[in-house]
Amino acid sequence: MITLQINGQPHDVDVSPDTPLLWALRDALGMTGTKYGCGIAQCGACTVHLDGQAVRSCQLPIGSVGSRAITTIEGVGSTDAGAKIQKAWLDLEVIQCGYCQSGQIMSAAALLAQKASPNDDDIDAAMAGNICRCGTYVRIRAAIKKAAAA
Amino acid sequence: MLANESSKVPGLSRRELLKSGAAGVLLLGFRVPIAHAASDSFAPNAFIRIGDDDVVTLVMPQVEMGQGIYTSVGMILADELDADFEKVVLQHAPPDKAYINPIFGVQATGGSTSVRAFWEPLRKAGASARAMLVEAAAQQWSVELSTCRTSNSVVIHDASGRKVGYGAIAGLAATMTPPKEPKLKSIKDFTLIGKPVKRKDTPDKTDGKTQYGIDAMPAGVKFAAIAQCPIFGGKVGRVDDTKAKAIKGVQQVVAIDDFVAVVADTTWTALKGLDALDVIWDEGPNANVDSAEIWQALRTASQGPAVVAKETGDVKAAFADGAHYDAVYELPFLAHAAMEPLNCTVHYTKDACEVWTGSQVIGRVQADVAKVVGLPIEKVTAHNFYIGGGFGRRLEQEMAVRAARLAMQVDGPVKVTWRREEDMQHDVYRPLYHNAVSASVKNGKIVGWTHRVTGSAIIARWLPPAFKNGIDIDAVDGAVDEPYDFQNIKIEYVRAEPLAVPTGFWRGVGPNNNFFTLETFVDEIAHREKVDPVAFRLKHLDNNPRLKAVVQLAAEKSGWGSSLPARMGRGISAQNAFGSFISTVCEAEVDESGEIRVHRCVAAVDTGIVVNPDTVIAQFQGGLIFGLTAALYGEITIAKGRVQQSNFNDYRMLRINEAPKIEVHLIPSMEHPGGIGETGTTASAPALANALFAATGVRLRRLPIDRDVLAGRKPA
Repeated sequence: MITLQINGQPHDVDVSPDTPLLWALRDALGMTGTKYGCGIAQCGACTVHLDGQAVRSCQLPIGSVGSRAITTIEGVGSTDAGAKIQKAWLDLEVIQCGYCQSGQIMSAAALLAQKASPNDDDIDAAMAGNICRCGTYVRIRAAIKKAAAA
Repeated sequence: MLANESSKVPGLSRRELLKSGAAGVLLLGFRVPIAHAASDSFAPNAFIRIGDDDVVTLVMPQVEMGQGIYTSVGMILADELDADFEKVVLQHAPPDKAYINPIFGVQATGGSTSVRAFWEPLRKAGASARAMLVEAAAQQWSVELSTCRTSNSVVIHDASGRKVGYGAIAGLAATMTPPKEPKLKSIKDFTLIGKPVKRKDTPDKTDGKTQYGIDAMPAGVKFAAIAQCPIFGGKVGRVDDTKAKAIKGVQQVVAIDDFVAVVADTTWTALKGLDALDVIWDEGPNANVDSAEIWQALRTASQGPAVVAKETGDVKAAFADGAHYDAVYELPFLAHAAMEPLNCTVHYTKDACEVWTGSQVIGRVQADVAKVVGLPIEKVTAHNFYIGGGFGRRLEQEMAVRAARLAMQVDGPVKVTWRREEDMQHDVYRPLYHNAVSASVKNGKIVGWTHRVTGSAIIARWLPPAFKNGIDIDAVDGAVDEPYDFQNIKIEYVRAEPLAVPTGFWRGVGPNNNFFTLETFVDEIAHREKVDPVAFRLKHLDNNPRLKAVVQLAAEKSGWGSSLPARMGRGISAQNAFGSFISTVCEAEVDESGEIRVHRCVAAVDTGIVVNPDTVIAQFQGGLIFGLTAALYGEITIAKGRVQQSNFNDYRMLRINEAPKIEVHLIPSMEHPGGIGETGTTASAPALANALFAATGVRLRRLPIDRDVLAGRKPA
């Protein structure tokens, strides 16, 4: 049994320690907001925060997490940056199919928490790991700037 | 379309529908408590349910896969119904003939048809229900029908100041006779249509609440991963599952014809189990097929007999003199690569079968699952979901059939998730195409035009009744109704199914190929005739005022003709497809090594009456990125009967740091609504290729764009 600190709450999971956090969240805990996209850290759909840093949960075995704080899309709205990003996402209607957007929002929230006024290069650096097949990039960029100005 | 004779959804009792809804499967928690939607005292047709609690539930005939259609369809219904849109609840349609797409004759979402196909049926559905509510109120108040009006889910009698909410009058309305020809609103009276309305589906997509098919979690679900034979047409030979079964959490290994599945306690364990299997495949007849052979076969077929899809004027005479131009254009196989990998959850028992999946053809899912498990169709319940990107891939149902076959051997529900590699290597691919095109030019105008399209006939497989006289209407879509006044035109089609590789619809469908060919060739001719490409197009558009207007607007808004730095170029494309008229200008830069930077895209769009303007813009923006991605990077290649690409590391996607600025200018129109989902994808490749020619002088006739050709390291 491994205990994970997710969105401020302890959760016990009874799966093998090499299980990536992604699958522990989705299959063992039923927290399906974090998405599987590629399994090789190429698409960013599975992005969560580990002690505030954006990480790819498909590459993070739960045995290596320890007591570090995990934030997922279900909980990011309770952070200041997360709430601003979510609001900007809706204000500018960023989302289309939405499948990648959990990861996009997690990457953007981590960026905003670390840089209050990110410029285009900061946005490229923080967000280029997140693929959006619907092509919402133009609005993602605008929404991050809007959230930063809020 | 309207089930006016009956207040029931044919083939499905409303009670059943709502019962499953109450279980939280069918009804969506659009931040409206599900319990509130659990009464339905008025169900005038397949699309509208009004409960005595005032909740208006709209059933969505078209699936939401990002295109914003739930909001647009909801707006059309709610506008004619005069429902309070804020309080409307949306529901996925179950499989049922009441939801058949009138354009296809199949319950299907695709081809940018949703608004075009459902515009009138939904307006009538909304207007009919509204008329019955008004009649009920008028009867109750003993007043003239004409003295009552409606607004925000309330019937109002101004003279007496009486008002009644739709919920309170719903029971009585259900006893009224639906009008034979419901009166539709005048365009000027629309309260929702044409306004930028916030999408209903997006709030739950910001905090992880939205359920896609891959998120289905029926109680007791087990998790499975599958490996299909990597060679098209091959089968499972021998399987040694000793090592897989030794992994803690692996519960079952099943081999069925051409695939092996591992069932486990998590998807991760199932994937580990899959990797631990020792499978010998029976490779079958395609084990030596490769891309070179497939291309050669296509080119050979292009020389063979063709069917004439269109012939006007006297083509022979037109080519007898004048300047003669010829070119060949080729487009590759493409994968869909939607962000949500294919998946399907099935619970089979000997008496019934339940399926959870996101599908563009949920009726076909139900029917094919019923067939494969050997149950009557009414014993199969198919729950549809939000789709994490469709792009045509979920117009197929074979993933559900496989999952059902596995489920027959599993105790309890099983969720099959395809790993990304499986999704990419077992797609139905956008076919490769070969185009031979010729033009005759006299006095600065194209007066003769021939285009021979060679490629797969997807329609012949997907919608056989529509495949007539050897002509695939999709493969020639955009070629047979060219926008320009070329006078003497011959369009031919050669059906050539690629060796081994299955083909399917892909965003932008046939027009992607035909407009790339048309628009880059017209551009080339303009340059060779030393005429500005915009001016050249306009010369041929006197009979097409809507397209002429967008070309002029795109040119104006893009600063067409103004100077650009060295190695930067501007290219234009124009198209009338999917009922929309669009012109796009692309600005791109090429460095000495052939690397490309797309700076800006400016589009002018006339898509008729617009339901939700911001959604139209979003669809066009996204469609452009989808098309640019394919033009810049997309190609699936085959070696030894297998797809060589496997994941996003070797099937590259455009990312945010590469995305251009995009401007979309909508032209106000009172014409019938056009389609928009496909259009950006169709627009982008020719505009980009023409921009790259302007930047480098290199004419590109193949996709994806070859940097070696652009940099002059390889001949075009």
